[in-house]
Amino acid sequence: MVDGEMFLEVDLLKAEKKAMRDGYGEGLVEAGRRNPNVVALVADLMESTRTDLFRKEFPQRFFEMGISEQNMMGVAAGMAVSGKVPFVNSFACFSPGRNWEQLRISVCLSGNNVKVIGGHAGVGNGTDGGNQQMYEDIALARVLPNLTVVVPADYEQAKKMTLAIADFRGPVYMRMTKPPRAVVTTVGTPLTIGRAQVFREGKDVTVIACGAMVYEALLAAEELAPEVDVEVINVHTIKPLDKETIVRSVTKTKKVVVAEEHSIIGGLAGAVAELFAEERPTKMRRVGMRDRFGESGEPEELLTHFGMTKKEIIEKIKELI
Amino acid sequence: MLPVSFDVLSEKANQLRQEVVKMLVNAGTGHSAGPLGSADFWTLLYFGGLINYRPDEPWWEDRDRVVLSAGHYCPILYAVLAEAGFFPKAELSSLRQLGSRLQGHPIARMLPGVETTSGPLGQGISQAVGMALSAKLDNKKWRVVCFMGDGEQDEGQVWEAYLCAAKYALSNLTVVIDRNNIQIDGHTEEVMPLGSIGGKLLAFDFNVIEVDGHNFSDIAEAMGRAKVTFEKPTAIILWTIPGKGVEFMENEPAWHGKTPKIGEAVEALSELKKIRTLGGRISNG
Repeated sequence: MVDGEMFLEVDLLKAEKKAMRDGYGEGLVEAGRRNPNVVALVADLMESTRTDLFRKEFPQRFFEMGISEQNMMGVAAGMAVSGKVPFVNSFACFSPGRNWEQLRISVCLSGNNVKVIGGHAGVGNGTDGGNQQMYEDIALARVLPNLTVVVPADYEQAKKMTLAIADFRGPVYMRMTKPPRAVVTTVGTPLTIGRAQVFREGKDVTVIACGAMVYEALLAAEELAPEVDVEVINVHTIKPLDKETIVRSVTKTKKVVVAEEHSIIGGLAGAVAELFAEERPTKMRRVGMRDRFGESGEPEELLTHFGMTKKEIIEKIKELI
Repeated sequence: MLPVSFDVLSEKANQLRQEVVKMLVNAGTGHSAGPLGSADFWTLLYFGGLINYRPDEPWWEDRDRVVLSAGHYCPILYAVLAEAGFFPKAELSSLRQLGSRLQGHPIARMLPGVETTSGPLGQGISQAVGMALSAKLDNKKWRVVCFMGDGEQDEGQVWEAYLCAAKYALSNLTVVIDRNNIQIDGHTEEVMPLGSIGGKLLAFDFNVIEVDGHNFSDIAEAMGRAKVTFEKPTAIILWTIPGKGVEFMENEPAWHGKTPKIGEAVEALSELKKIRTLGGRISNG
């Protein structure tokens, strides 16, 4: 059953579709109003990253860095040292894809308060083809010491997360997908960095998901009820992982499916598998990109083609039951 | 007027070179040529009145920021900082040892006076640009000096940073490039020809000044001109002799990334006890 304290949309099928990046763009403007030290840097993707909203309100605090992601990351580090709270914006395939070493050295090893926003992750850049789709960013980010890694579930959570990471002291990577997706959380849904959310309680199997796959997991749970009682956890913070909530859930259900719009290697499933291997070995299945690159297509058809929908979540649940 | 004479600074630079040799021979690994070659510059920078800093208040808000982009030069930075009183000189001998604040390549704020993490080349200049941008945004008077190697110019990030510095007309940024013509694999012009770094930076819309990196007067004048250039960032191309002061190391690419053995160190230290001028070697014994 859906957790009442999470104040989710009641009718999932009627949930409005909105883009996470819009939530981010609006959240960033609000963060800018609350803190004069918030600045935004972008690598020639102003409109796509929705930082044009911030630029309109704070032109002096907006920095167009051109197509130079490596320099952008370093400049942000230098600004953080000087008391600013820089938000670094590009597509996830370029940032942290191209500037991972700058993220590692200038930001993480130095403990600089930089917020890296990876947009258009997963199938986001669909028709642009495999080179612009990013399924490896969570893995790249998660391995870096000092870096907090967050993946909001929808538009509303992206907005809240933006304000949360602006207040949070330390380097953060936030990933988002591009297309409008169902908004399952509401203004009333709580959010604390590092605390996973049980969106739906169940006793038979746990589905652990992040990003837009949370919605797919909720749909799968609804479809299987009441025969299979599925628990759905939204892990919006990949690192640090909320071990307590996850272990408590699988102690009850003893079976887990992990779903993410990311490679099945090294992302949320990787983090969860590491946890289970040490603390509570659990039968597990993964839904995600199966160790391959993407190809051109509309995002929705790619999700179907590559198998990242409620259908695959249901299949994996049935394998375990 | 400078607070101290160039003669005194020259002597101090040689003392600091001796510290560097001792640190390196003790550590057993590290870089010799660059730190020795740039010792005159570093000595002038910290003891010639060119920058504002407070050793007893290392993170003083209005300090000038010194960014060492070429992290492998750190032995000379550490020696200068200790000499200036940022931390006890006794700590110098801990270079590269487990638990030491004197990491093989510097880590930001691990040691008083160390502003950035550096080692992977090209990263310091971007951070220096970020600092200079912040200072402009906040109307602060402090300036940023970024020290780089010439081999470092091979990195693409460096040129991204120069474009950005020019775009924002960062007149509060002075980039100092040690033009010593060597890098690990040999002479820069063989490894990856850089040609005229000054010419390239002119094309990037920098104010470019080329100086003899062992001439205190010329360096001081160039740093002064950087301060009174208001429309663009300044790059000072510092022509130096790698390994300067130790004859068997001078201009030898092999000494870029290695340290002297004990016998070699003894010879180096004995040489460094003699004062050298551009005109030759004068014994002070």
